[in-house]
This record gives sequence, structure tokens and C-alpha cells, in this order.
Amino acid sequence: MSMAATQVVRSEWTKIRSVASTVWTLGLAVVVTLALGMLIAALSKNEYDTMDERDRLAFDPTFTSFAGMSLGQLAMIVFGVLVVANEYSSGMIRTSLAAVPRRGTFLFSKVAVATLLALVVSMVTSFAAFFLGQAMLGHLKASIGDAGVLRAVIGGGLYMTLITMFSMGVAAMLRSPMLSLGILMPFFFLISNILGSVDATEKVGRFLPDQAGSKIMQVVPPLDDDTPYGPWGGLGILALWVVAALLGGYLVLKRRDA
Amino acid sequence: MIELEGLTKRYGEKVAVDHLTFSVRPGIVTGFLGPNGAGKSTTMRMMLGLDRPTAGAVRIDGMRYDQLKDPLKYIGALLDAKAMHGGRSAYHHLLCLAQSNGIDRRRVHEVLDTVGLTSVAKKKAKGFSLGMGQRLGIAGALLGDPRILMFDEPVNGLDPEGIHWIRNLMKALAAEGRTVFVSSHLMSEMALTADHLVVIGQGRLLADTSMADFIARNSRSYVRIRTPQREQLLDALHGAGITVVEAGAEVLEVDGEKSEQIGELAARHQIVLHELSPQRASLEEAFMRLTAESVEYHAHDGRPLGGPEPRQAWGPDWRKA
Repeated sequence: MSMAATQVVRSEWTKIRSVASTVWTLGLAVVVTLALGMLIAALSKNEYDTMDERDRLAFDPTFTSFAGMSLGQLAMIVFGVLVVANEYSSGMIRTSLAAVPRRGTFLFSKVAVATLLALVVSMVTSFAAFFLGQAMLGHLKASIGDAGVLRAVIGGGLYMTLITMFSMGVAAMLRSPMLSLGILMPFFFLISNILGSVDATEKVGRFLPDQAGSKIMQVVPPLDDDTPYGPWGGLGILALWVVAALLGGYLVLKRRDA
Repeated sequence: MIELEGLTKRYGEKVAVDHLTFSVRPGIVTGFLGPNGAGKSTTMRMMLGLDRPTAGAVRIDGMRYDQLKDPLKYIGALLDAKAMHGGRSAYHHLLCLAQSNGIDRRRVHEVLDTVGLTSVAKKKAKGFSLGMGQRLGIAGALLGDPRILMFDEPVNGLDPEGIHWIRNLMKALAAEGRTVFVSSHLMSEMALTADHLVVIGQGRLLADTSMADFIARNSRSYVRIRTPQREQLLDALHGAGITVVEAGAEVLEVDGEKSEQIGELAARHQIVLHELSPQRASLEEAFMRLTAESVEYHAHDGRPLGGPEPRQAWGPDWRKA
């Protein structure tokens, strides 16, 4: 890394640690993911007795403990959006780009710092969600040494990190926190689920970032699973979305007036 | 040294900045003057590499802005007081800027002290008044101890004490041999601080001149006369070889400081005068006349600004302060 890039990374770290939104978005992501995961794990344990044989075979204790991520990821999305788009809503972008006129260096230093922080938080959250969830599941619990479980737990951390990066790319393209959240929130919370649950659109839906990416957290595949990609393939699809979003964000930043 | 060469910015059909060519020299305060919407801020944003010119170029010490290594050490700018994250403290705002340009942390404390914000350094910027925000923006401009400083409308919304402080700061910076470039839409403000003037209107260069020249050329003195016996007075003045301009009904104007001569002439011919008053056109008025055709948003009082009538409105106060 060149001298200049090191300086910019240090500057972006100061920026990210000196605003309150970093703490509360990341904090909320951890708390929601863990709490909701434990709750759903506990409910699943009670429900297990009433399940029929087929459902019991498909029961995935690892994936169940990650149930809180569906909501926790929204806080990570807010984190990613605010890191980038707050530069625009506050007017700071003009000060920032006057200090760092190489826009690629500026954007990718910012994304690198936020990604590293998101990775640490996501990994800790994913492992904690797994162990706390398994504790709630009692005799149904999976062990970290079981086949595919460690991959799923590490994958959970990578999934949340990549979703955060995706939202940073989208925010860099849209340049507004409200617009970015107004599109990303319903997209991840509603549209993706709706597309995934209707037969006609299911095949399209599973190529969306969250559905493809979350495949890596499954240890026991669902019944009649005909997904055309495996766990790492799914994460790869999410990574492609991330690359596309960041590239789009970079091009917008490069071309447009600040 | 800042050099602009044929700098042009077009938004679709609309030309915001139109082939601007001028340079800003070190050691003096250069005022950048123009009515609202003349293209001053757009020009300044292009100088900082924030907006991309449609054509032309800006050179900072011979280089393009994005070629500058650690640009804050070359040029410091205050664009607007709100160009910062409100949730960040003044100290951290300056620290992240300093780090991005490899500037020592000690310098953050120095500039906070210079602008008088040390006591609120840990407070969030969103709680700051306009004046405090302006001071923080100036602290950011001074951070890299740059040879070139640029301020966009720095006195806007400040109290008299703050205005006084900024004026003195700009003069002191120029006296240290730095290049100081400051925009304003108020001629009276420029007359107090600037040594050199660059005037633009609708994006075009209207004047690039020293302040002294501008004053000499534009603050014309004349005599204003009102009389019910217009024809007789005109004849008398023509007879004495004095050139007269008719400036509205019953009002005549004579260039120069000739009120005694005209008074005596009128007395000799027994002409009644209702008014005989020496006048001095203000710089504000000269500026308005210069930019009159290029003002985009006229106030509709039935008469274009800078027309012949409201000579008196601005007064010659600019000299006193």
C-alpha cells in the first residue's frame, strides 16, 4: 500500500470511530442477531416434538441459530449505508475530496476500513449466534466439529460482511442515505422473500444477493432442494453482486461532480 | 499561484462558467466578486477538483489539483461552513483531515487555538453556531499551513466581531506572502479587504484589476442639479463650455467637482436652482453597473439595477471604515 493510501486508511478509521452511528448500528446488529437467534432456537426446540418425520430430517440446528441474521443484517445495511452516504448528506464529501482528490483511493480506503470492522463484528456475531443458539437447542444441538458446521459459521460472518459491502456500493451509487435505505430495506426485508416464495419467481429470487449468500449457512439442505449452486457458489454469487455495486459506486464517484 | 485558463462549466444548455482566464497572485488578497448565481462557487469547486470543467483547466502552482500530493499542504479552502459531519467533534473532524494528508496531530491543536475553538474541541459540530462552524472550516483550511487559501463567502451570516476577525486573518495571511482568494457578492466587503479584484457576471470575466485602479476608474464624482428653468441653465452651461448629462426629469448631472462654478454661473444668469449637490458614485454602484446586464435575477422594481436614478442609495461609506 502506498504512503498516501495508508494515510487515507488511517483518516477513514478516525472518521468511522468518531461517530455514534457506528456503535449503535453495529451494536444493534449483534444484539438483534443473537437475541432473535436464541429465541427462534428455543421455539424450534419446542416445536421439534410435533414435527413429522420429513421435517425432522430437514431440521438444521446450525441454520436455525442464524435466524436472527435476517433482521440483524438490516442494522449492518444501515451501518454500510451511513458510512458512505453520510458524506453526502452532511456535505463532508466536498471537504473529504478536497483533502483526497484521488477518488478511487478515497472510496476504497473507506470501504476497506468499514469492511474490516464489519468482518470482525460479523465473525464474532456469527460464532456467538451459533454457540448461544445451540445452547438453546439442548439435545438437538449441532457441534462445531460436525461436517459442514464450521464452514457455515464462518460463512455466516462472511455473509454479513458481504451484505454490508453491498450496501456501501449501493450508497455510493445513490449518494443519499434516505434513498439508499428506502431501496435496500424493503428489498432485503420484503421483495427478496416474496420473490423467493412464489413459484414463478423463485428461480430468479435465488440469485438475489441475500438468498444466494445465505446458502453457505445451511448444513442440512432443505427437502427437494434443487438449488443450482452449492454453499460457496452461493457466496460467490453474493460476491459478484458486491463487486458490481462497488464498481458502480466507484464509477458514479469518479464521473460525477461532488 | 492559481491559474485559470479558459475554464468553462456547462450544465446542459446553461453556461455557469464561461471561458474564465485569470490568475491569482501570492502576497495579496484577491477578491472574487459577482452577484449571486454568477458562478463564483462553481469556479471555486472546479479549482479544488470537485466539479469537472466542461473545458479549460486550473493549475495550482503549475499542477492539476489531483496531481498534488497532500493537497491540504498546498491549498486550504473554506467552501461552506456546513461541509462537515455534524456528529463528529471539532477535534476529530480536523484529525481525520490531518491524517489523510500526513499532517502532524500537533497541528490540529494549533489551528483549533488559532480560530479560538480549543474549549469546544470535543463538542459535536452540529451544536455549533454558524460562526463557530465557519471558524472550524477555516481551521481546516489552515491545517496544512498552505501557501494558498481560498474562502467562499466567509463573512456570510457572521456577527460583526466574526467579520472583523476574518478580515484581519485574511490580511495577515496575505502579508505572510500567501495567496488569498476570497469570494463575495458585496463590493463594500471587498473594498475593505481585497488588493486585487476579479469580477464575474453570468460566468464571464468582467474585470481583472487592482482595487486602486477600480476605485480610481469607478468612483466618479459629479454634481447633481435640479432646476425648474432647465432650458436656461442648459444654455448657460453650454455657453461656459461645461458638458451636461440629463439624468431624468428636471435632473442634470455634471462630471467633476464644479459645484461652485455652476452656482456662480446660475446666479449670474438669475436661474433658480432647487438642488446643487456634489456627489460621489459608490463602489457598490460601480459594481452594480458593471454587472447590471449579467444579473440573472432582477428584483422587479420597474427599473433595472444600476440604472441612472438610485445613485445616492449606497453612499460613500466604504471609504470611512
